[in-house]
Amino acid sequence: MFRLIVGRAASSVVTLVLISLVVFIGLELMPGDACTAYLGRDGKGAVLDSCRERMGLNRPASERFLEWGGKTLSGDLGTSMQRDRPITEIVGWRLRNTLVLSAVAALAGIPLAILLGVMAGLRRDGPLDLFISSTAIVAMTIPEFISATLLILIFAVSLGWTAGVVTIGYKAPILDLVAVSVLPAATLTLILAAHIMRMVRSSVIDVLESDYVLMARLKGVPWRQIVWRHVLPNSLLPAISVIGLTIAWLLGGVVIVESVFNYPGLGRLAVDAVGDRDLPLVQAIALLFGIIYVITNLAADLIALLLNPRLRTYRT
Amino acid sequence: MTSVLATLGAILRRPSGAAGLAIVVLHVLIAISAPLIVPHDPALQDSATILQPPSTVHLFGTDRLGRDVFSRTLLGGREAMLITTLSTAFAMAWGGVLGVLVALVGGKLDALVMRVVDALVSVPWILLVMLFVTALGTGTAALVPVLGFSYGLSVVYLARSAALDFVTRDFVLAAQARGESQWTIASRELLPNVRDSLAVQGAMQWSWIFLAVSSLSFLGMGVAPPAPDWGQMISDSRGIMRTAPWTVIWPMFFLSSLIIGINLAIDAWAKVLGIDRVQRTPGP
Repeated sequence: MFRLIVGRAASSVVTLVLISLVVFIGLELMPGDACTAYLGRDGKGAVLDSCRERMGLNRPASERFLEWGGKTLSGDLGTSMQRDRPITEIVGWRLRNTLVLSAVAALAGIPLAILLGVMAGLRRDGPLDLFISSTAIVAMTIPEFISATLLILIFAVSLGWTAGVVTIGYKAPILDLVAVSVLPAATLTLILAAHIMRMVRSSVIDVLESDYVLMARLKGVPWRQIVWRHVLPNSLLPAISVIGLTIAWLLGGVVIVESVFNYPGLGRLAVDAVGDRDLPLVQAIALLFGIIYVITNLAADLIALLLNPRLRTYRT
Repeated sequence: MTSVLATLGAILRRPSGAAGLAIVVLHVLIAISAPLIVPHDPALQDSATILQPPSTVHLFGTDRLGRDVFSRTLLGGREAMLITTLSTAFAMAWGGVLGVLVALVGGKLDALVMRVVDALVSVPWILLVMLFVTALGTGTAALVPVLGFSYGLSVVYLARSAALDFVTRDFVLAAQARGESQWTIASRELLPNVRDSLAVQGAMQWSWIFLAVSSLSFLGMGVAPPAPDWGQMISDSRGIMRTAPWTVIWPMFFLSSLIIGINLAIDAWAKVLGIDRVQRTPGP
């Protein structure tokens, strides 16, 4: 058990090293560098030289990668080109804001998805299942920026229940952030819940067709007890690792949702950074998202391991 | 050819498949014929016709620069469809070949390639794209390789797992015993067997990449302005949707109907081919 956990954690570390290599090398392979991107057409002659000097770009790539990696490990993400401030300082609050938004969306979405998935799975092909399943397909196929715009149109513009755009600063207290994240979180919840619900539904259907459920029914165990004792625990286990993957995917959606709602998080910062052609900042944010992905997946795997003894005998 | 027609017929016999296919065909026809049928220049700005509601002259009204929304909507899918089709072809080509090859060769190469692919998919696609867009700039020439590369990653997984089902079969072992080269085995023995699932996956990739292009256009990193684009139209007119809802509703309707249509058609197609697991979530 202990060895399994250590092994899993070690492979996460390898993935992280690979991510940082990719984020770094991918850009080395392309024409141009942070300075030519930032300066654009003005990037020639003395201006370009002094920029490269300042960013230390005229040293060998291997040396720069080791320095970049070392600094990243010690919590220093470099300097933003546009803002001329340490990236760690710029990113810190916004990382918190993004995590708050994702947490609200996940806390609302996961229980909802499990509830709907179990309901749909238990009444497979019934009218309720058809309704839930087809709504889920529409929710997951429509792009985030359209569902977000529709939600604003309905709840902010027509009904006037809440503001359509977040006007709060990035240093706002957490409770204020939760209050303004209703619509952005609802957009993410919609898609997140649709993905997880489909997984739970098919998992419930699999369990219902298993021998032990048939046996329980033949023994005359009351239906309610079959659902609570047999179906629920066994069908939710495989859903956990999918929840991990879906949350990671949610992070990609965050970029668009934050931009639509003007929410002061990492995603919007990334879009702004692309607009400013601020390569070091985009690099740092990509790395942070990679780290969040790896941690979420590791957590999901460990939880699955903890809850499901059968997984412990498998080799990773 | 007959098998293609038979598959098509089977898709059409399913109500959802027929509806989906009809929507897709309609969209393709509109995209192809749009330059011939639009009544106005999509880029023409006219201060005299700003934000007019739908009328007989401007069927879908005009936007805040006085441009005809009907013409812009009809033309708005073309550039994105072109970028998407090229990117999908690129993604399927490199992802498919690499996936089948590593499945066949196996061993250390397989492990190494899959580790790198694992790491690459850990960065959400949009950030990967943004990373490259910052360095390379936007425009079709930059977006196609970037999207083709990012989305090819999930094709590697799919092609590999589809091919793995066959590498231990007798006909592959026989080919290896005959001394055929790995390349011949991959192209002659494996590819025909994974063709169906790769084709369905290709259609699925198309719909994801289309959404990616539209989302990027929405963020101002996709289709570059004078060309009209749905994502860009929605982002442009979002602020005025209370007073001029027609400026956002039509591009939203066109974009959503295309995506829903494709997904309906793909679902039916996968069921006809007996591929029960269509990967729905972008990523591994």
